[in-house]
Amino acid sequence: MVVKGNTYNLELYKDMYTWQEGDYQVFRTTQWSAPGCHNGCGVLFYVKDGKVEKIEGDPQNGWNCGTLCMRCLDILESMYDENRLKYPMKRAYEDRGKNKWERITWDEAYDIIEEKVRYIQKNYGHESIIAEIGTGRNVWWQVPWGCFAGLQSPNQTGAFLSGDSCYSPRSSILALMSGEYLTSDMSQMLPDRYESKEWVVPECITIWGCNPIMSNGDGYLGHWIVEAMKRGSELVMVDPRINWLSAKAKHWLRLRPGTDAALAMAILNVMIKEKLCDYDFIEKWTYGFDDIAKAVEDMTPARASEICWIPEQDIIDAARFMATAKPMAMHWGVAIDQQPSATPTGQALICIAAVTGQIDNPGGSLVTRSAYNISLFSQEGFEDNITEEQKEKRLGMHKYPMRGTGISAMAHTDVVLESIETDGASNDCEQYPIMMQWMQGCNPIANMAAEAPRVYEAICKVPFNVVVDVVMTPTAMACADLLLPAAMGSERDSIRAWWWPLRAITKITDYYEAHGDEQILLDLVNRLNPSAAPGEEVKDWVNDLLANHSEADFDFDYLKEKVIVWPEWHYYKHEKGLLRWDGEPGFNTPTGKIELRVDWLEANGLSPVPFYEEPHESPYSTPELYKEYPLVLTTGARSYEYFHSEHRNLPSIRAFHPDPLVEVNPETCKELGLEEGDWVWIENQRSRCRQRIKFNPGLDKRVVAAEHGWWFPESDPERLFNVFDSNINNLTTQCDIGKSGYGAAYKCLLCKIYKCTEENSVITPTAQVLDKGGFKYERKRLS
Amino acid sequence: MSANALANQKYGLLIHYDFCTGCHSCEMACKKEYGLEQDQFGIKVAQYGPVQNSEKKWEFFYMPMLTDLCTLCAPRVAEGKLPTCVHHCQAKVMQYGTIDELAEQLKLTPKSALFAPKCNA
Ligand code: SF4
Ligand code: SF4
Ligand code: SF4
Repeated sequence: MVVKGNTYNLELYKDMYTWQEGDYQVFRTTQWSAPGCHNGCGVLFYVKDGKVEKIEGDPQNGWNCGTLCMRCLDILESMYDENRLKYPMKRAYEDRGKNKWERITWDEAYDIIEEKVRYIQKNYGHESIIAEIGTGRNVWWQVPWGCFAGLQSPNQTGAFLSGDSCYSPRSSILALMSGEYLTSDMSQMLPDRYESKEWVVPECITIWGCNPIMSNGDGYLGHWIVEAMKRGSELVMVDPRINWLSAKAKHWLRLRPGTDAALAMAILNVMIKEKLCDYDFIEKWTYGFDDIAKAVEDMTPARASEICWIPEQDIIDAARFMATAKPMAMHWGVAIDQQPSATPTGQALICIAAVTGQIDNPGGSLVTRSAYNISLFSQEGFEDNITEEQKEKRLGMHKYPMRGTGISAMAHTDVVLESIETDGASNDCEQYPIMMQWMQGCNPIANMAAEAPRVYEAICKVPFNVVVDVVMTPTAMACADLLLPAAMGSERDSIRAWWWPLRAITKITDYYEAHGDEQILLDLVNRLNPSAAPGEEVKDWVNDLLANHSEADFDFDYLKEKVIVWPEWHYYKHEKGLLRWDGEPGFNTPTGKIELRVDWLEANGLSPVPFYEEPHESPYSTPELYKEYPLVLTTGARSYEYFHSEHRNLPSIRAFHPDPLVEVNPETCKELGLEEGDWVWIENQRSRCRQRIKFNPGLDKRVVAAEHGWWFPESDPERLFNVFDSNINNLTTQCDIGKSGYGAAYKCLLCKIYKCTEENSVITPTAQVLDKGGFKYERKRLS
Repeated sequence: MSANALANQKYGLLIHYDFCTGCHSCEMACKKEYGLEQDQFGIKVAQYGPVQNSEKKWEFFYMPMLTDLCTLCAPRVAEGKLPTCVHHCQAKVMQYGTIDELAEQLKLTPKSALFAPKCNA
């Protein structure tokens, strides 16, 4: 029996863009950050006198089907927070870190930017300017374009996310092996959703390295999985922590963080040894099966059991279920990326999806593109705006050949960091210094930067910084010379195509002088390089994208009226000749098949097949360190309340989750004399931070899980909102990444924990960084 | 059913807690609709687990409970809308209806609970 909730009254919830309801004008649109998350849920804004007074989930929108999470339900607190940035502001270089801002006009701001940019371009080169973005926000297609077309620099990049450890590792190996992206099928490609005749409920959903109902990562709404579970799907959950999904899973594999490749190889070992694979699919559609069989031969469940801390029989049982359940959907998350062995782990996981034949079938793993093939996600589409010569100067392109395969047009984060630190001497291309950062929708020292105190030094070293955001952040306080106020979702026109269907984001209100991210970048391009601008208004830009960079035959006004448009979806595209440039059946790879063995990797000095590499700091690779730091540390688990470093400023949300939490097994706490709710120092050889104990009896006694993204908007801006006090990225490290250039150990380090006392808390981490020159230890360098 | 019989119907919420993910949407929706203070709730989610039962199986349940502030969203229902907690529930585990019809459903849906809040009195 499936409880479907209730039927919404469709006389009140209309299939139109706008209507009147009592005193309210109702607008039907899509909400995407800020505020928000990776998603773009369908919402109804109820507007009175130009101000949004109410929000509801849009029942006519097949993405979220009427529901909303607590963050959008609390959107008015975000939109009308007194601390939102209202005007462009500047600050004197010598006042960095001080709360001394001067309000200026947009024209003055653009004048300053134009003068600085032209000066840097002339004296140092266009490439000396770096553009940085934050993950999953509605800036990631706009900023790359603005960087290439406006700044004419090849260096757009994720803001100091070491090893580009978010999606790039998975997407780059997916592109090499399958030519495309893969997404698990919860009927999201079909307008009738769960009722669609074509869709098949997955018998098994393998969720690996994420908690999708909280994280909603990668253009995917996690609660779709719950709908499939209600219809009978069973889970294989690969996660070190017990959470709601792992408790409900048929097989929960509680692995030691960072050992995913060993587990995936052991699962392949069972599938191959017991002949449980789909040999028909393997024969027709894959290349290199024998090499994979050989590569995983030694990774028996017994061996993996020792490496991964999982009972041998659990691995065998899960492997059998994954191989025989039809269909089986693979859903994998950012934990794959946040370990040095990101690339080999990705290789092994794609092999699992392929050898079970669960590719582009209903209820399996879908070959996924953006709706109407609109070229937003890949970013390469925008590269026409820079010269070949410029591309050669992109940082990290030469050191890490996997980046040069047309997969990612981003500069490599750790190479950028070292470039700043060495004034360009360490560049893997021509030497040039970084003179300016354009930081939009990112807050690295509170969130994504590993080794936050080191990155703080680096961002402050750059001579000129522009920050674009919605509130004052620790990053802006630390280093911005110019601070530009960004509009929120309902204050800007935009589109959403990550992945499917295509949705309109429409401007229905405004806030002081905040401008949409699109408008700011368009203005920048019109100032700096007008011939590259598709017009002066965002609508012109979107219409240009729809007309010239997509297969859509409509314009923005049409999309705005419709709000959400579903292109025709095809399963089994490889059989129908719908994937390859030549129209032949097969996949978009050199062999036309899914390449289980990737010859290209071998030609570039990397392993063509998956292999297991122990985390670089672990009980086995650094036993001496383990004696001093006897707990395995994993970081970054999500909560319903927060999207990364956002939402800490909202009283209604904060009341649910006031403090940073570290999950620990109660027995470990007992041994250490700790109680639930105690503040503890989490410490390793680099540094420490403090969080509060939350019991999790399902964690291995040797593992702790700490939260990320914490800063304290209620505290002193000139102490950078105490951003380092509870910052787990005091303990992580830059420049210790996978050989492919992808993957940093956010999820697999060592630490110890001990109770905070008055004596041991005299010098807080923020004081150590701001007043005492930081923490002393040997910083790692890229090898 | 005559209009009179309809008027005497009692209403409630059926909650299929088997799939309640503890997402807090119901709590936040209610708070925002009625402007409740930080420590006030019309609905509050309780938690059992994670804990291993005597069969070594993990149990981890959430269960939203209706408080005395719950009006079953009388103003919304009068407009033809669903209670806002039901409308927004991310796992779609809540149903609004008459106690009679919900009780029939309850028989068919294990791990469910039927709430008839105080406002029914
Ligand atoms: S998942 Fe939540 S925050 Fe993200 S768009 Fe949907 S409702 Fe908003
Ligand atoms: S029915 Fe309405 S008043 Fe009652 S808990 Fe739900 S949202 Fe609150
Ligand atoms: S909104 Fe639904 S799923 Fe979320 S906590 Fe409430 S009842 Fe549970």
